[in-house]
Amino acid sequence: MATFSGSGLTCLRGENLVFRDLDFTVAGGGALVLVGPNGSGKSSLLRMLAGLLGPAAGTLTWDGEAVTDEPDEHHARLHYVGHHDCVKPILTVAENLAFWARLHGSAATSEDRLERALHSLDVGHLRDVPGRFLSAGQKRRVNLARVVAVPAPLWLLDEPATALDRASVGRLNDAIAAHRAAGGLVVVSTHQDLGLDDPTILDLADFPPGPAPGVAI
Amino acid sequence: MTGFAAIVRRDLRLALRQGSDSTMVVMFFVLTCVLFPFGVGPEPNILARIAPGVIWVAALLASMLALERLFLADYEDGSLELLATAPPPLEFVVAAKILAHWLTTGLPLLIATPLLAILLNLPSEGFQVLIATLLLGTPTLSLIGAIGAALILGARRGGVLLSLLVLPLYIPVLIFGVGAVDAVIGGFPARTHVLVLSGILAVALPLAPFAAAAALRQALE
Repeated sequence: MATFSGSGLTCLRGENLVFRDLDFTVAGGGALVLVGPNGSGKSSLLRMLAGLLGPAAGTLTWDGEAVTDEPDEHHARLHYVGHHDCVKPILTVAENLAFWARLHGSAATSEDRLERALHSLDVGHLRDVPGRFLSAGQKRRVNLARVVAVPAPLWLLDEPATALDRASVGRLNDAIAAHRAAGGLVVVSTHQDLGLDDPTILDLADFPPGPAPGVAI
Repeated sequence: MTGFAAIVRRDLRLALRQGSDSTMVVMFFVLTCVLFPFGVGPEPNILARIAPGVIWVAALLASMLALERLFLADYEDGSLELLATAPPPLEFVVAAKILAHWLTTGLPLLIATPLLAILLNLPSEGFQVLIATLLLGTPTLSLIGAIGAALILGARRGGVLLSLLVLPLYIPVLIFGVGAVDAVIGGFPARTHVLVLSGILAVALPLAPFAAAAALRQALE
């Protein structure tokens, strides 16, 4: 089973230290839940894990190998859900989904896989609706269906429950549970209790910035 | 390779459904060229003399019009983050987007050119070489422009900044493009000019996607 871990991670935004010396480990089937007040660096940490943001210090490893050595391999194993839902307004839900599936290298991803992903988040009836007619919650569900549609071992979800109704949060939970049962890892930031089974909680407030190390003023 | 094709197809589909960008670029190109006979007078000899330069400058400005949107739409709706974290390398993604951009803006310019050449009384010897230089030059414009489009992400008044960044870099393409046409009309071979244009394209083709991808990574941090 895969293990994803980080050690001594330090995040610098502009000249501000967001967190420092952060360590974590998630093993296959595990869930890491990031909590903490606004601005404590939950999103920054997730962007760091996705490879969008370089850590100022520290290393990220996947099965003992630094992810910075092979960034493309790391990208191939992760799904990232950020603050935006990246649903193109002029493309239909099915077209939006098919594009991301193809980009993740599964040209062979059969239609019914996409169909099942849409149904698992209850957006199957919207498949031919252009993105511009979707509500915020529906867009979020389409975005999550993108994650479900193509298997990848690592899910990085930034506030995935935003704009979701209670039934949809339940479906998201089912999707995460199925992903973990298949040996997948999930790192999720949240302000509400998603009700995941046996999560590891990481409180970003435990890694306060303090004075910047080695910065001469 | 499936990823490359997927991005080109998506961008073409977006451009065709919106339609506005390609149409706008071609309309701008045609209108700018049409303005010149009004400005300098309908004297056929003067028009024939300035035709290559007018067409090239108009094509250059027109191809800049849609440049700002090249990465901006994907940046604003979060798609760029996903493209950057997708399995294909970002350089690959950028190259695919540039190709789609050229197909939707550069190619239509090429198709409109013969009509404008007739309108501006371009000597018939210059037709072929004008098309050939535009065929070599407009992809270079898209490639260089993509670096600028990536650099302005997140900047205020990005469009103006983009022109300031990119237009000076377009000058060599303009000089050799117009030079080739003038040479042929004057009875000289255009081989040197065409070779230089090909050389610029050959350098821009591998380098621009790397530069643009680096700028995009910076913008996403």
